[in-house]
Amino acid sequence: MTYARPTFRNPDLPLNKIGRARKEYEGAISTLCAGCGHDSISGAIIQACYEMAIEPHRLAKLSGIGCSSKTPTYFLGQSHGFNSVHGRMPSVATGAAMANRDLIYLGVSGDGDTASIGMGQFVHAIRRNLNILYIVMNNGCYGLTKGQDSATADAGSINKSGAENQFQGIDLCGLGLELGATFVARSFSGDKQQLIPLIKAGLTHPGFALIDVVSPCVTFNNNAGSTKSYDYTREHMEATAAIDLVPYREEILHQQDKGTIKYIPLHDESIIAVNKLAADWDPLDKSSAMRKLAQARNEHEILTGLIYVDTQSKDLHTLLNTSDTPLNQLSQTVLMPSAEILGKINKLYQ
Amino acid sequence: MNPTDIRNPEYFHKVIDCQHACPAHTPVPEYIRLIADGRYSDAYMINWVSNVFPGVLGRTCDRPCEPACRRGRVEEEPVAICRLKRVAADFKSDISHRIPGPAASKNGKKIALIGAGPASLTVARDLAPLGYDLHVFDEQFAGGGFMRSQIPSFRLPEEVLNEEVGYILNMGVVSHFNHYVDSLNHLLEQGYDAVFVGSGAPKGKDLPELEGRMEAASRIHIGINWLANVAFGHTKEIGEKVLVIGGGNTAMDCCRTSRRLGGRDVRVVVRSPLNEMKASPWEIEDAQHEDIPFYNLHSPLRFVIRDGQLKGMDFEVVEARYDQGRRTLVPTGEVVFMEADDVILAIGQENSFPWIERDLGLDFDKWGMPVLNPDTFQSTLPKVFFGGDAAFGPKNVITAVAQGHAAAISIDLFCQGKSPAERPGPLTNLMLQKMGIHEWSYDNQTTPDLRFKVPHADKTKTLSDRMLEVELGFSRETAFHEAQRCLNCDVQTVFTASRCIECDACVDICPTTCITFTDNGEEDELRTRLNAPANNKSQDLYVADGLKTLRVMVKDENLCLHCGLCAERCPTTAWDMQKYLYHAPKACVL
Ligand SMILES: Cc1cc2nc3c(=O)[nH]c(=O)nc-3n(C[C@H](O)[C@H](O)[C@H](O)COP(=O)(O)OP(=O)(O)OC[C@H]3O[C@@H](n4cnc5c(N)ncnc54)[C@H](O)[C@@H]3O)c2cc1C
Ligand SMILES: Cc1ncc(C[n+]2csc(CCOP(=O)(O)OP(=O)(O)O)c2C)c(N)n1
Ligand code: SF4
Ligand code: SF4
Ligand code: SF4
Ligand SMILES: [Mg+2]
Repeated sequence: MTYARPTFRNPDLPLNKIGRARKEYEGAISTLCAGCGHDSISGAIIQACYEMAIEPHRLAKLSGIGCSSKTPTYFLGQSHGFNSVHGRMPSVATGAAMANRDLIYLGVSGDGDTASIGMGQFVHAIRRNLNILYIVMNNGCYGLTKGQDSATADAGSINKSGAENQFQGIDLCGLGLELGATFVARSFSGDKQQLIPLIKAGLTHPGFALIDVVSPCVTFNNNAGSTKSYDYTREHMEATAAIDLVPYREEILHQQDKGTIKYIPLHDESIIAVNKLAADWDPLDKSSAMRKLAQARNEHEILTGLIYVDTQSKDLHTLLNTSDTPLNQLSQTVLMPSAEILGKINKLYQ
Repeated sequence: MNPTDIRNPEYFHKVIDCQHACPAHTPVPEYIRLIADGRYSDAYMINWVSNVFPGVLGRTCDRPCEPACRRGRVEEEPVAICRLKRVAADFKSDISHRIPGPAASKNGKKIALIGAGPASLTVARDLAPLGYDLHVFDEQFAGGGFMRSQIPSFRLPEEVLNEEVGYILNMGVVSHFNHYVDSLNHLLEQGYDAVFVGSGAPKGKDLPELEGRMEAASRIHIGINWLANVAFGHTKEIGEKVLVIGGGNTAMDCCRTSRRLGGRDVRVVVRSPLNEMKASPWEIEDAQHEDIPFYNLHSPLRFVIRDGQLKGMDFEVVEARYDQGRRTLVPTGEVVFMEADDVILAIGQENSFPWIERDLGLDFDKWGMPVLNPDTFQSTLPKVFFGGDAAFGPKNVITAVAQGHAAAISIDLFCQGKSPAERPGPLTNLMLQKMGIHEWSYDNQTTPDLRFKVPHADKTKTLSDRMLEVELGFSRETAFHEAQRCLNCDVQTVFTASRCIECDACVDICPTTCITFTDNGEEDELRTRLNAPANNKSQDLYVADGLKTLRVMVKDENLCLHCGLCAERCPTTAWDMQKYLYHAPKACVL
């Protein structure tokens, strides 16, 4: 009886730009239920970071409590990590990001962790435009505590015990737009083709990037009548666009046929290529995004893909005009004013 | 691509790389697991049924299975399949009671077998339990053919050979040893229902035109004749300086035997570049370990004689030139002299059938080889069948065994008045392996251990006694660890599309990125857009349709570790691990 992952990997898989194998982005073997959507999202995160050639030590993953919040153990085993308290990941992430602006922050949360106990934290992180990719693994229930309906469960969704949910579900993307999130997307754990480029774009975006990922709980919320099941999601998914992250601007300048593809420049050298599928929608126009989202909701469709991005986004550090050197690297000698300066300051109060 | 038909008995057979590559299709992973379990006798019997000479082959097989072994594609070296076979033979208990005795009743058919090498003995083994009256003829004093006369005792102890030849002869086979068959016609007149020709390829090639060949005849030896003379005790010594000409396995046996008969400066001289020598890498390694240097790109020019005595040989140094993949050896003009007391020519063997009359209706082609049906091994004289080196030229023991199995089926069908072309299929069985949560009936864990080395006896001892076996074989403990390296490629990943919910769990867990869900396409194009490139086209793609999204599941069989994690992580048992047993067809079920 064993449940260990062999050490061998596919020798035909190439190394990435910084010479690392995909294996170096893996974590411990998952202990989640077989078939859990969360594992697929972990797989997408591994693939995205490997393809982006992120140095693992430059990334910090933070989470709260829940099956979803356990997943950072299962990816990026060589990165920094903090598994915090239920719903409190945003404040820990804020502290970390303030102290060290040089790291890439990846927050992982669940719908319970975000939309119930952590709601207060979540909204303020958005408001402050914390520079983080915030992924919600949204299964419409509290998986870890055996499947109680969560605040994102749709009204009318039927849970495993047959009870119908009476309350309105919170739409995290709608809420994000309302609160001023500068990057909003939705995806599905079963669609890596869509999810991986979104994760890459979210990691690149300067500011708060929210990806709400429908991630079926196979054990407690994958029954007929559930609106967060594999089948339901597949049947009701509608995509705004097929997107791709192009790491260097140069690569597309030479492209001949731009067709329906729209190029959205991000702050660094990279660009999001958006191949629009939905009409009456422009990812740069917030009101069109809100309208599109509301329309899809009315039609019982699940709108996925990139929904909105603000290319002028100014993250928390920019807003606060903090020093370029991370605060945790400012030594006492730098921080302590000289006697002369101190004298000047004191004079101001005399 | 069309969905894969996993009910085709050859599909999963091909996934078991080693078994598929074995000419006799020995169920390798099955016996390796039994060895890991300490069930040596059972492991031996699985081998005995398939390849008839496990003890011999566990020491001497050409091991086509090993280059095929999947393990060699995920790490440096394949599983030591061959030497594990020896472990089964070494540590088994007395299994003689598991070998069938003479058939209880005879079927009235009488068969003659010419030659008592592995091919004939296999035919005899397969037909004996069916009640055939079997007569084996060999000019040697005992059975075994080249296994006795050619393979030196330091690689194959005589007791091992005697034991395995004995099992077959004890099945009621009548042996006529010291009996050279000098006329097929004469034999046919004696009323045999069928004749099997397993007379091997007994003629060693010579260099008759080379200057000095006649004058020095007494110190120039034909490799296979010389080895037979050593094996039968006629030749007991050799000069101090020996040149062995040729780069195949016979050359390796000649040079190593020379070292044991008094040769001190023994050299192997070949025309081809070293890396193109025909000898198996491990045979070369063993020869080098015995301080035998190799001289490549030397083409024999003349035997040098002085005062009527062989002094050595002149060689012309040649250069290998490659033109569009074709290699030519171009003389450089440089001549090199090497001293020698004796020269052994090991430059190849040929077939020769001087005892087969050419007017019997048994056709030969322009190269003097019998015209045969490649599937049935039947000649143009319907009651005469061939197999082993006599059929298609010199190969090896395991090929002789495989052809013996095939010929036995043909002979049995022929004797029943049926067409040998209508052949039986394999016996197959696909069995569930799930025992519980995270629990399979096989060790699905993959060990990272690298290949273990077989210990050798002390060189000073082995070089002074040609009967002393060089390889000592694995200990039980090392055998266990080596056996654990096997990836259990017979435990198949079986996919049921109707159960799959396309959650990707299998895709995410698979350590070697074998599985992809994607849109269907033509094979060549599909191979380029899987989660990992599928470059090894000799390995199949397992394609299944019938998914809700209308995509297909594509599994590249190439690097699957058979670790079972896909089945472990699948919430719906759409993946299951099932053991596939494939028994190649044989004349009788043992
Ligand atoms: C030096 C050397 C080393 C080898 N080492 C290996 C090895 O390590 N591993 C391996 O797999 N293979 C090895 N081989 C090859 C292997 O021995 C042969 O391929 C194999 O034995 C062929 O089997 P067979 O049954 O066709 O014929 P053989 O084994 O050649 O047997 C034929 C028998 O027929 C007898 N015979 C022939 N004509 C007549 C006749 N007219 N009347 C009566 N008897 C007759 C011969 O005396 C002989 O005993 C080696 C070969 C040589 C030459
Ligand atoms: C302060 C606190 N309150 C309650 C709990 C119990 N609890 C553990 S996980 C969980 C809900 C998790 O739901 P979600 O975030 O959706 O994660 P999932 O397991 O569904 O992925 C709750 C309520 C807790 N651990 N801590
Ligand atoms: S309980 Fe649900 S969310 Fe948690 S691991 Fe199992 S399937 Fe995933
Ligand atoms: S058994 Fe399954 S998980 Fe393991 S290597 Fe093969 S396909 Fe991948
Ligand atoms: S784990 Fe099972 S259900 Fe999920 S995609 Fe693989 S085969 Fe299908
Ligand atoms: Mg949840």
